[in-house]
This record gives sequence, structure tokens and C-alpha cells, in this order.
Amino acid sequence: MHLLRHAPLLTVTAFAGPVVAGLAGTLLPAFGVLPAIGGESLSLNGWRELLRFPGFATSLQLTVMTGWLATLLAVFITFAVAAVLHQRHAVRRLANLISPLLAIPHSALAIGFAFLIAPSGWIARLVSPGLSGWTLPPDVGSVGHPSGGALVACLLLKEVPYLLLMLLGALNQVPAKAHTDAARALGYTPALAFFKIVLPQVYPQMRLPILAVLAFSLSVVDVALILGPGNPPTLAVLAVRWFGDPDVRLYFQAAAAATLLLLLVLASIAAWLLLERFAARAGRRWVMRGGRRSGVPAFATLGSGVGAALFTMAAGAMLGMGVWSFAARWRFPQSLPPSFTLSNWERQFGDLQRPALTTLWVGFAATAIALGLTLACLENETGATRLQRRDAPSASLALLYIPLLVPQVAFLFGAQVLLIRFDLDATLAAVVWSHLSFVLPYLFLSLADPWRAFDSRYARTALSLGASRARVFWRIKLPILLKPILIACGVAFAVSVGLYLPTVFAGSGRVATLTTEAVTLSAGADRRVIGTWALLQAAFPFAAFLLAAWLPRLLYARRRGLA
Amino acid sequence: MPMLHTLVRCLLLLLSLFSALVQAQTTLQWDQIVAQAKGQTVYFNAWAGDEKTNEFIAWAGSELKARHGVNVVHVRLKDTAEAVTRVIAEKSAGRHSGGTVDLIWLNGPNFLAMKQQGLLYGPVTPLLPNFRFVDVTAKRSNVIDFTTPVEGYAVPWRLAQVIFIYDSARLRDPKDVPRSAAELLTWARKNPGRVTHPNPSNFLGATFLKQALYELVADPSPLQQPASDESFARITAPLWPWYDALRPMLWRKGEQFPENGAAQRELLNDGEIDITLSFTPAEAAVSVLAGKLPESVRSFTFSKGTIGNTSFVAIPYNSRAKEGAMLLANFLLEPATQARAQDVKSIGSVNVLDAAKLSPAQRALFDALTPSPALPTPAELGIAQLEPHASWMTRLTTEWQRRYSR
Repeated sequence: MHLLRHAPLLTVTAFAGPVVAGLAGTLLPAFGVLPAIGGESLSLNGWRELLRFPGFATSLQLTVMTGWLATLLAVFITFAVAAVLHQRHAVRRLANLISPLLAIPHSALAIGFAFLIAPSGWIARLVSPGLSGWTLPPDVGSVGHPSGGALVACLLLKEVPYLLLMLLGALNQVPAKAHTDAARALGYTPALAFFKIVLPQVYPQMRLPILAVLAFSLSVVDVALILGPGNPPTLAVLAVRWFGDPDVRLYFQAAAAATLLLLLVLASIAAWLLLERFAARAGRRWVMRGGRRSGVPAFATLGSGVGAALFTMAAGAMLGMGVWSFAARWRFPQSLPPSFTLSNWERQFGDLQRPALTTLWVGFAATAIALGLTLACLENETGATRLQRRDAPSASLALLYIPLLVPQVAFLFGAQVLLIRFDLDATLAAVVWSHLSFVLPYLFLSLADPWRAFDSRYARTALSLGASRARVFWRIKLPILLKPILIACGVAFAVSVGLYLPTVFAGSGRVATLTTEAVTLSAGADRRVIGTWALLQAAFPFAAFLLAAWLPRLLYARRRGLA
Repeated sequence: MPMLHTLVRCLLLLLSLFSALVQAQTTLQWDQIVAQAKGQTVYFNAWAGDEKTNEFIAWAGSELKARHGVNVVHVRLKDTAEAVTRVIAEKSAGRHSGGTVDLIWLNGPNFLAMKQQGLLYGPVTPLLPNFRFVDVTAKRSNVIDFTTPVEGYAVPWRLAQVIFIYDSARLRDPKDVPRSAAELLTWARKNPGRVTHPNPSNFLGATFLKQALYELVADPSPLQQPASDESFARITAPLWPWYDALRPMLWRKGEQFPENGAAQRELLNDGEIDITLSFTPAEAAVSVLAGKLPESVRSFTFSKGTIGNTSFVAIPYNSRAKEGAMLLANFLLEPATQARAQDVKSIGSVNVLDAAKLSPAQRALFDALTPSPALPTPAELGIAQLEPHASWMTRLTTEWQRRYSR
């Protein structure tokens, strides 16, 4: 179909404009050009100020270490959990269990986690003063510890479920069960079979999500602000602080920091791809050797133990916020609030109706448009007449991933100026458009590999039976891939709900969503209010994920393998 | 003599006619503004991190709607700089009228940034009838904001002054409460890990350093002048040894700091520290009523006094609803509004008015406010110390980072 051929170009044009403008809005000030505040000529002052900043070296080191550690740990834990559980019946329930975790916005989860692990937090309250003998909280660092440990732990809380969900989706596309059964017949344990046989087959589909996780861990702002060290903080937090400073001359070094972060992310991605090659070579030798006894099962059990602990902590963080939302007063060392009240909810109820509706419409619109564009692009790529699997995404679509790589603050100022120039800011359409820049990559990422791994024999059979390409698409491809599509939409919707800076910039503060309201209220640090809004924020994407989990089951109650 | 008599009487008559004319002119101007404001929508950009302040702004909006038919929309900010950035972005994009920001709640560095860049509309204070109630003599921060003359480009709204809050359940003896920087160091030595300050990259954290500087210098008058390398090194010489002695006694041994005042207040509520500070004198009382602090908290200041400043509301040069914004600014200055704001059941902000300029009925409004043991007395607040020149704060923050940001 001729129309489809234009899909990639259309998609890229819709985003290349603001992306390029946004990047220009970052790169130019990094080199001293920003006429609005007097930067007329190229200069390296921004970089000089950045390098001279005390603690810059520590900040850079912290960023790299926390980003890489979080990614490596997330990957290993995900593989370990999958290795242990992938052939058990529990795996379906696992997918349903971890979906709610993805629904919680980062900042809400970070605050809940901070409350959990703080020396005056819930865990400490539960053991005081009985077990620990503390009447006052001990003066030990956990939240904001200079090592960045709390930051890494909280990143894992969200990254492991995301990677696990992607992995489970990928497993559907590969004859995992058949291969594992064959391996077990040959004497391998299921965990070892996973690592030696299944993993090499699904890893190509995991590559993009892992790279997205790497980029995110290096450039995250919300979680680093709440749990990361403050003195000095990570590079991303430095950039945000400087962009938000009333002294506008700091824009130059803020832009320099953002550009450095971008380069760091690109370098890290290149390093990861290089590491992959080595791991592949070593891995192949290990697989060929054929040993049936190894430390892998123990490692897998340990990893899944850690995974279970992570899940418990995340659940505990959510529960803590839930308890706070009903609490009147709650001081250390009380294990639970002495009195509960509904007034927190009553007070917020009036304020939340409009933002809730706005969140719903914007999320729905952004997801729908992104889905349409993604399906068009993917179908164009792997259409029914193209029977060969394409391994690499076309170069122009690589541009889609830029919003995932550039720190939001840097990208968005330039985009805002563009919107104002065309008088498009402060409208709902502008907000949907800015959300699209972030929703589309995640949706594409989640859907691309399951889509490309679609067995083309189904299409070929249908075509040979006389169906048209459109019929193949609507009656064969879509129903079979319904589950990955719904999961991808769930992820996209959750991303849209959790976006803060894009809504604020494109909406010029006029468009209020649940997240913008929650983040502004969180500046006042009242955990009762935060708990209330965090639960509300999580409710919508949670519902979307429930739908993604139940709808295929409902529709395909009588078809095995699709639900 | 009768000639002189008549001449004088003529002159007086002319004078009174003239002033009546001027008065009529001003009233006429205000009436025009009121008429033009009807039906406008004012986008009031204000920090929204506090529920009570949000409620107050909502109330002010409903009053304005009822009286003058002006709609007020509270644009909720996480940080005032967001609104400043927006106006800059609009100026960069060439939008010199019909801007999306009509009124901003700001002070200090944000006001300075906007005034210097020519982003404000004004002077507006001569046009506002209620400005006659404002105290411009004893509350000098109403006309001089961080040593920059306001010159009518911003309208005072609420007073802020540095206040310390402590938990009287932990510091049982009022004599233990540190009333100076030296006493604070002694107290910290006896109670390590129980006091801290926000990160100096935050406004309040930098103010802690400024306050300590005020305490430790012999003569604070050079602080009103811009700082030079030489004067900065000389004047801050006593500060760093004091801070070096204090730092290991701070919470988390001075390696970690809370991000802002609200985060530090949360630490006090959690029992991790015993003393915190704030810019809102009624913070302790308001927080107790809102359930954010235990009822045992009390306020104190240093015996030499503490730094104070004014929060303003200002109109950007490209605002779409300048008249409506002026109406809102004027409404905020009304004695009844200022009294309502001062009540600790609401936001507990100190008023910017001069009691001598009010009528007895208006003064009575302030006497009828809710009492609270956590409120500081006016005697305790005293006369606020003026904010130093903005360059001192910038240099203090940079020097602190250079020394302690590893």
C-alpha cells in the first residue's frame, strides 16, 4: 500500500521538528548562544563553569556508577527471575502482579521508598523501640547517601518489572517451552536451559528495552532528587537545578551539563553494544561446552530472591503511601498511625476532578495516535509482502529514541519557544503532541520486537488462501498480536500519566494533570497529601494494565497461546 | 493685611481644588481600571506547594469574582522560576502582548532577574488605592528588595522573616534554646546530629549562612553594598571557622542536607532533628494546626534579630489582563484580606501594613486573630534585619560549595 510507505516519514517529521529544535535549544546555549539573555557569540564559558564546579568530578562519577550499576543489576535480576519462573504456571500471575508497579509514577514510588528505608521510616518504626531499642531515629544515612545506593535500589524497583514484562512478552514469540522441554530431557535444569538456550534467542528483543533502561538510569531526575545524594548530586539534577535558577546566566552551564549527559548516554550505549559482543563470544563457548552442572541455578535462585525482595519493598512503599493517605498524625516510633481519617481524601477530592479527566484524555489521545503511527510504520517495515525479517530498525526511526536519551529539561525549553512562536502553547493539543514525543518511543520499543518476531508463515498462509493484505492485517496479525499491543498501550499510557515537565512546558502551566498537581504538592513535603495523590496517579495506568491483562483472556478464552 | 489674608485664602482654595482634582483624577483612573478589568481572566502564577496558600488564593479569586467580575486562575508552580522562564521564553519568541502570565508571586532573586531584564510592567503601586496602608518606613523591605529599589514595579503582599522552630518536648528548658550563632555551636556539640540546614543551593539554606554571617561580623553595614573579592574574603573570615566547627556536629555529620525548608520540617516531624528554620514566622503554628508538626513545637529568633524580606506580586510586561491583575494586587493589600491571611488557621503570613495608617475598626481585625503558643510574639520578631545585597548570597553559596561539595 502506497500510503504506508509514507508512515515512517510522517512519524519522523511530526517529531523531528520539536526534537531538532529542542536539541538546538540545548546545544546552542551549551556553546554560549542564547540571544534572549545576551548570549550572542559562540563561547566555551558554559563548559568552563561546568568543569570548574566543585564536585563536578564526583557528580560525573556518581552518574556513571549509579546508571551502570542500576542497569547491570536490573538485567541480571530480570534474567534470574525469568530463569527460575519461566516454565512455571506462576509466570502468568507474575505478569499481572508486576504490571501495577509499572503504573506508579517514579516520583511517587521514590517518596514511598524513601519513607520505607529512612532511619525514621516505616521499617525503623516497625522495629522500634521494641527490637532495636531506638527512641530517636539513628543518625545513619540511607536516603541521600553519598554512594547513591538508595537511588540504585529505587531504580531497580521500576526497571526490573519493566524488563521482566518485556522479557515475558518476548518469550511468547519464541518456542521457549519446546526448547526447554528438550533441554530438560537432555539433563539440564530449567534455569540452565533458560540461560543456555532461551536467553540467546530472546536477547535481541531485549536489547532496545535494556538500552532505554541504561539511558534512563543515567539521566533520571525525579528519583535522583528524592533519593540521590545532594552534595553533589548527579549530572541530571545539576542541570535541572541550574535551569531552574533565577540567575539566567546559569543556563549556559546547565545546557553544557545536559549536553555532557547526552554524550555520556551515547557513549554508554556504544560501550554496552561492545560488551554484548564479548559476552556473546564467551557465552557461545560456554553453551557449546555443554556442562550440566554449574553455579547458574544457585545464581538464579539468589537473583530471584533479590527480585522477590524488590517486589516486597515496592509493595511496601505503595502500602506506606496508602496508610499515609488515611493518617491523621504519625510520628516515630509508632508502627501505625494512632488515628485514621478520611479528611485527606475529602480535601483533595474537589481539586482532582478536572486534572483526572485531563490526564485521561491526554493519555488516551497520545496513546491512540502513537499506536496508529507505530502500527503503520511497523506494517510498512514487515508488511505481508515482505517475507523476510528485518533485523535493524531503519535509520530514520532511530530519531524516535532521541526523547529517551536527551534529558527532558534541556530538550523542552527549546520546544516551548517553538510552540510559543506558533501560538500553539497552552492548548490540550500541544500537550498531547509533547507527550507523543515520549510515548511513541516506549510504545514502539515495547511493540517492535514482538511484532517483528511474528511468524510470517501465518501471513503467507492467509495470502495464499486469497486474503488481501488489509485482511491479513486486521484478521490475522492484530488478533494474534493483541496481547503485546495492549501491553505496549498500557506502558504508553503509564508513561503519559507520569509525564511532568512536558505537560508543564507545552501547557504553559494551564493544563493540569494528576502528575503536575501531585509534583507541585510534593514540594510541600506533606506525606499525607503525597500519599493521596500517588494512589490516584497510580489508579489510571493500573486500570489500563488490568485491561491489557484481562481483555485477551476474555476474548480468547477458548484459544490457547493467545491469552 | 486684608490683601494678604485674601491672597492666602485664595491660595488655600486653589490648593484644595487642585488636590481634589488630583484625587478625582486618581479615583477616575482607578474606576477606569476597574471597569476595564471586568470579565478578564487573571492567571496568577504562584507556588502551590502548600494547601493552605492554595486555599487562600482560591478564596481571593472567588471574592474578586463576586466583587468585580474578574476570574482568577491559580497557575500552580513547583518553583517561581518556572514562570520567570516562561516570560523569558515569550519574550524570546516575540510575544510582547497577550502573554500567558498575568501576575507572579515572587521576591528577591526572581524579582531582580525580571526587573533587570525589563520583564515587568510598572510602576503600578501609585495606581493602587490600598497601597496607602502599606508600611514603607518600619518595614523597609516593602520598598527595597535585596537592596534593589522596587520603584513600584512590584506590590508587597506578605512579610517573611527568618524564624527558628524547636521541639519543646526535646528542649525542655527554654534557657537551653540557642539565641545566637555561638550558642548554636555549643548546643550542637552537646546534641550532635540534631540540627541541620537546607542545602545552600536552596534559598533558605543560603539564608542560614547569611544569618550566621550577620551574627559573626562586627559591622554588618558593608553587607548592603555589592561584595568584591577583597571585601568578601575579609568579611566572611569569621564565618568559616565557625562553620568548620559546626559541620561535624550537624545531622548526617554535614555530608547530607535536606533539599528545602519543607523537607527539613519533615525531619523535625519525624524526630530526626530538634531544630529547624523557616521564612514564615507563623510556620510552627500553622503546621501544628495542619498536623504537619507536633503540638510541642515553639518558635524563637536570635537575640540580635533575624533577616526579613517581603514577598511581592508583580505583573509581567506582556500580560493580557493587566487591569485584573492590578485589582487582585490591590485586593491582597486590603486590611481585611491581610488580617485573614495572618490568621494561623489560614496561611499565617505577617501583614505588610502600617498599623498607624489603619482605622480603629481595621486595627481591631488584627486583634481578633487565633492565638497559638507556637507563634512568636511581635517583641520576639522585633525589627527585621535587611537582606544583604544579592551578590553576598551568590558568593556565600559558591564558596560553601567550593569548600564542602566534594
